[in-house]
Amino acid sequence: MNLEKVIFAFFSILALTLNYGFFIGDIDDPTHHNVYELFAALIVSLIATIMKFGDRAHIGALLLATSLVADLQLIAAALVWGYVVYVAQSPLEPSVMASIVSLSGGALLANLTSVILLVVETVTFRR
Amino acid sequence: MHNVISLLLRRMRLPLIVLISTYAIAVVGLTLIPGVDDQGNPWRMDFFHAIYFVSFLGSTIGFGEIPYPFTGAQRMWTTFTIYAAVVSWLYAIGTILTIIQDPGFRRVLAFSSFVRRVHRLQEPFYVVCGYGDASRSLVRELSERAIRCVVVEQDQGKIQDLAVEDLPDYVPGLNEDATDSDSLIAAGLKLPSCRGIIALTGDDASNLTIAITSKLLAPDLPVVCQSDSKDSAANMASFGTNHIIDPFEIFATRFAMMFHSPSMYLVYEWMTAVHGAPLSEFKRPPTGIWVLCSFGRFGKAVREHMSVEGVKTRLIEADTDATGAPLDTIEGRGTEADTLLDADIQDAVGVIAGTDNDANNLSILITARYLNPKLFTVARQNQQKKDPIFEAADIDLIMQPGKIVAQYILGLILAPLLSDFFRLARNQTDEWANVLVSRIAGVVADVTPDTWELKISPQQSPAVYDSLDRKQNVLLRDICADPANRSQMLPCVPLLIKRHGVGMLLPEMEEGLQSGDHILFCGRQESSNQIRSIVNDQQALNYIQTGIDRPSGTIWRWLTD
Repeated sequence: MNLEKVIFAFFSILALTLNYGFFIGDIDDPTHHNVYELFAALIVSLIATIMKFGDRAHIGALLLATSLVADLQLIAAALVWGYVVYVAQSPLEPSVMASIVSLSGGALLANLTSVILLVVETVTFRR
Repeated sequence: MHNVISLLLRRMRLPLIVLISTYAIAVVGLTLIPGVDDQGNPWRMDFFHAIYFVSFLGSTIGFGEIPYPFTGAQRMWTTFTIYAAVVSWLYAIGTILTIIQDPGFRRVLAFSSFVRRVHRLQEPFYVVCGYGDASRSLVRELSERAIRCVVVEQDQGKIQDLAVEDLPDYVPGLNEDATDSDSLIAAGLKLPSCRGIIALTGDDASNLTIAITSKLLAPDLPVVCQSDSKDSAANMASFGTNHIIDPFEIFATRFAMMFHSPSMYLVYEWMTAVHGAPLSEFKRPPTGIWVLCSFGRFGKAVREHMSVEGVKTRLIEADTDATGAPLDTIEGRGTEADTLLDADIQDAVGVIAGTDNDANNLSILITARYLNPKLFTVARQNQQKKDPIFEAADIDLIMQPGKIVAQYILGLILAPLLSDFFRLARNQTDEWANVLVSRIAGVVADVTPDTWELKISPQQSPAVYDSLDRKQNVLLRDICADPANRSQMLPCVPLLIKRHGVGMLLPEMEEGLQSGDHILFCGRQESSNQIRSIVNDQQALNYIQTGIDRPSGTIWRWLTD
């Protein structure tokens, strides 16, 4: 068992599960989507990205790319949230919540791809 | 070699994760700890303000407690956060500094920036391996003529010399072993704009490796090698090295030439002289008995060529067994008067100091001259930086291997026809050389002549090519005349026309040109520009041929006709 691989897989999958946890629920209901979950998903996704830095294999490059997509989507979701609440100072309308959650839905897809790639790599790994 | 960015990112993984985790924990902590607002109501910091607060706190800017004064719990948490953030930043910055100062990383960085610079060279360039005396003068001469080159040298000190050298063009240098195929590829061995590999590492085995490597990786690329022994020269020739240069052999040939044909010697000397150097004074060496100190590679070559000329030499050699010196050799270094007296220095006409130690060579010459002031002195100068001492010693002929190699290669690069010229000239008589020398001297006045080539082709000489295409005759005289005054000839001498692979030595001015001709000229540098303007300008060519300055515009032509 390779500890590095365990940690790597742990963060990739944690990013996916946290992302899913935030995404699940009625798309426009603010009570179904916890801000802490979004924050946790973003941080774990960032850490997962950094762990993929410097891997020069082809699959490593793909993993890094999907991770960067997830980061971008989650940061966009957080920015929309922050802008509406603290800059525009308006309450969380269902339409705003829907766009935040759909952005995180995009990140969910990217994270899912990332985990699928990880599984593919593991399956093709022979030694 | 590794990619610099990925190397940096891989080593930055842990510090970045530490940094992000610290920030995340600090932010979450701030949002969880209860506080009070200005009215005293319970209040919790939101994510937006927490991130804002931690951001300026982490970078130790510190705007104060916002938006409301903190409670004790919040202050305690903030204290913890300050230390954690500072430590994580120190760790991250420290890691970056460590990586940048790491010799391995710097090497990768230098390597990849060298590769980038070589790839960015748009013009044709040469790869020079090794940066010794020969390479140094070669690189200088090339860059003064706006010919690009790159240098690969193993010795860090020499690469630093290159970096501080005041050259007109930027010459990228790589501090790697040139015998390593990776370094040669990095230097652009496989790039289409690479024109040739020049191996001057000062070590025959390395030069050999470089030649083999480049012949295998880029078979069509010309390779020029220095070789100090016949063995490795034969080895290099066996796999198609294009030019093998043995400075001792070149010097010995020319030195021998001084005895039987001084003019021929001058032709060789002038054609391969430094850009704009004064015409060398010539002192003919006397015939008689010579004393030759050292029987190494230099001594052997000189003795062999002198004996062909019928000049007798007396040898002095310190290590007679190792060098295989003949039996009548006097054992000793030649730096002491006794050995020189043993060699009958007093009735010799000249002395050649040819050891590989410059101080010994000078000592030999000074002692010998003390014993016999009329001696003709020849010295081998191994290191270029000893120039001032050798100049001060007032020596009749100085042999510098580095200079000979550099000049020879420069000739090959600037005028490849020069080697054809030399080959044909070797069979000519002394009278022929006398005539040529006086012709050249009349043309160039007081500096050494420049040599250049011209090809009759649509690219290099469109005007001549078009005229020939229209079945009009163009004579050699036509392109050598002064475009301002057709009765005057430009200060140049056409040395050779190469037509269908056959060389024509000193062509007549009435010679008709043909397309595809390769012409070698020598003369003053400005005439090269004027010839270039004639062969490019139909009007100038017409004027020289007919004496009529025809207008080029349609209306003027209609008016004058």
